[in-house]
Amino acid sequence: MSKTKDVLVTPIFKNNPIALQILGVCSALAVTSNMATALVMTLAVIAVTAFSNFFVSLIRNHIPGNIRIIVQMTIIASLVIVVDQILKAFAYEISKQLSVFVGLIITNCIVMGRAEAFAMKNPPIPSFMDGIGNGLGYGAVLMFVAFFRELFGSGSLFGVEILPLVNNGGWYQGNGLMLLPPSAFFLIGIFIWIIRTWKPEQVEKPDFEMAPNTKKEAV
Amino acid sequence: MSSNNDTMGKTLLVTILLCVVCSVVVSAAAVILKPKQVANKELDRKSNILAAAGISDPSKSVDELFKQITTKYVDLNTGKFVDVPAGYDDAKAAKDPQQNVRLSRQEDQAGIKTIAQIKPVYLVQGDNGSVEKVVLPVHGKGLWSTMYGFLALEGDLNTVVGLGFFSHGETPGLGGEVDNPAWKALWPGKEVYGEDKTDPQIRLIKGSVDASTSNAEHKIDGLSGATLTSNGVTNLVQFWMGENGYAPFLNNLRAGEA
Repeated sequence: MSKTKDVLVTPIFKNNPIALQILGVCSALAVTSNMATALVMTLAVIAVTAFSNFFVSLIRNHIPGNIRIIVQMTIIASLVIVVDQILKAFAYEISKQLSVFVGLIITNCIVMGRAEAFAMKNPPIPSFMDGIGNGLGYGAVLMFVAFFRELFGSGSLFGVEILPLVNNGGWYQGNGLMLLPPSAFFLIGIFIWIIRTWKPEQVEKPDFEMAPNTKKEAV
Repeated sequence: MSSNNDTMGKTLLVTILLCVVCSVVVSAAAVILKPKQVANKELDRKSNILAAAGISDPSKSVDELFKQITTKYVDLNTGKFVDVPAGYDDAKAAKDPQQNVRLSRQEDQAGIKTIAQIKPVYLVQGDNGSVEKVVLPVHGKGLWSTMYGFLALEGDLNTVVGLGFFSHGETPGLGGEVDNPAWKALWPGKEVYGEDKTDPQIRLIKGSVDASTSNAEHKIDGLSGATLTSNGVTNLVQFWMGENGYAPFLNNLRAGEA
């Protein structure tokens, strides 16, 4: 049982898909300008990763090796369409804001990365847990980024006003950069920095060692 | 175990089974959820129309409130009401060469290339059948995106009740401020036309409007930091209120001949 828990918890900080594996950054830039969309996106990704892992793992002993990628893609794509349809039916407002990014979960490397790396080799239940764990890991970064972007960009959290904006007669001048996707780069960078300071073992070895200067400088 | 998975037969079998299962799942989801999605779209459209017309009552449902609104269709060329087949969609018609009007570069102020010849209009009628408010669908290019919205006019067909966009992709915080309630509150009471009822005067200006200047009733504050979006709003309002847009219809309606 502790193994299942491990599988669920490690991806959140120890082996975070965005922070350590640097996967799925694109959508993390696009949907994090406010917390509500980030939360729905997180739930959508958790659902897709968990179920795609589950189904891939279920048929892993019957997937021919040479078409395994396309088999995984088919399963993921079907799940994404189902999720998109459900959002359109039950959370129309949010699905309008997420627009194409729900569909683009298909191209999110986390989903396929987990199907290929974990679900192909492990039984369905641990795979399902691994999917949820990685979805949570993705979501943790999304929520972190969205928290700062929404708070400093629009002065609100989940649409509730925290810092009244000058535009609405308050005192806070919204930070325009925070509302634009590039700001997420900085925030994700800071997130990675914090995590690697906390867990130094995540710091990668530099590809090249700087050689000491052996030439005598002219004096 | 996995070696016999790679035979031709097994590969085909897995592929076919997988495709059948997935397609059943996907189509089932699409078919089962379709009615709910259509209802959502419809509800969204209605609530946007109501918002533009400034009708809100939290105690009533959108459908109930929408009962006071009459949907009619107008031929933009003649400016008269026409009947349309059930399920007419002006967005589709705008793309259909049989039903659209291609705008020349000079006419195409809003940057939209073609418009549907027949557009829906939404009327709020008083008890005696007089028109109290008219809600007109408008759209046009902003900086990044085509902005879709509704412009509502008072019964004099000149004073603005409200303008609201329900779909756009302008820069958040800059052009995206078209959604800001404080900015939208500047619209009610402004006048679209001057003396001449075919040439729209209304426009956004740079900075804020000084109420003491001449023609202040035709001017609205521009969005700061979003000149191109502001120009887009001016252009689309002027286009749709102009002679290629709703002006012929509004003139007919004013004369009681629509």
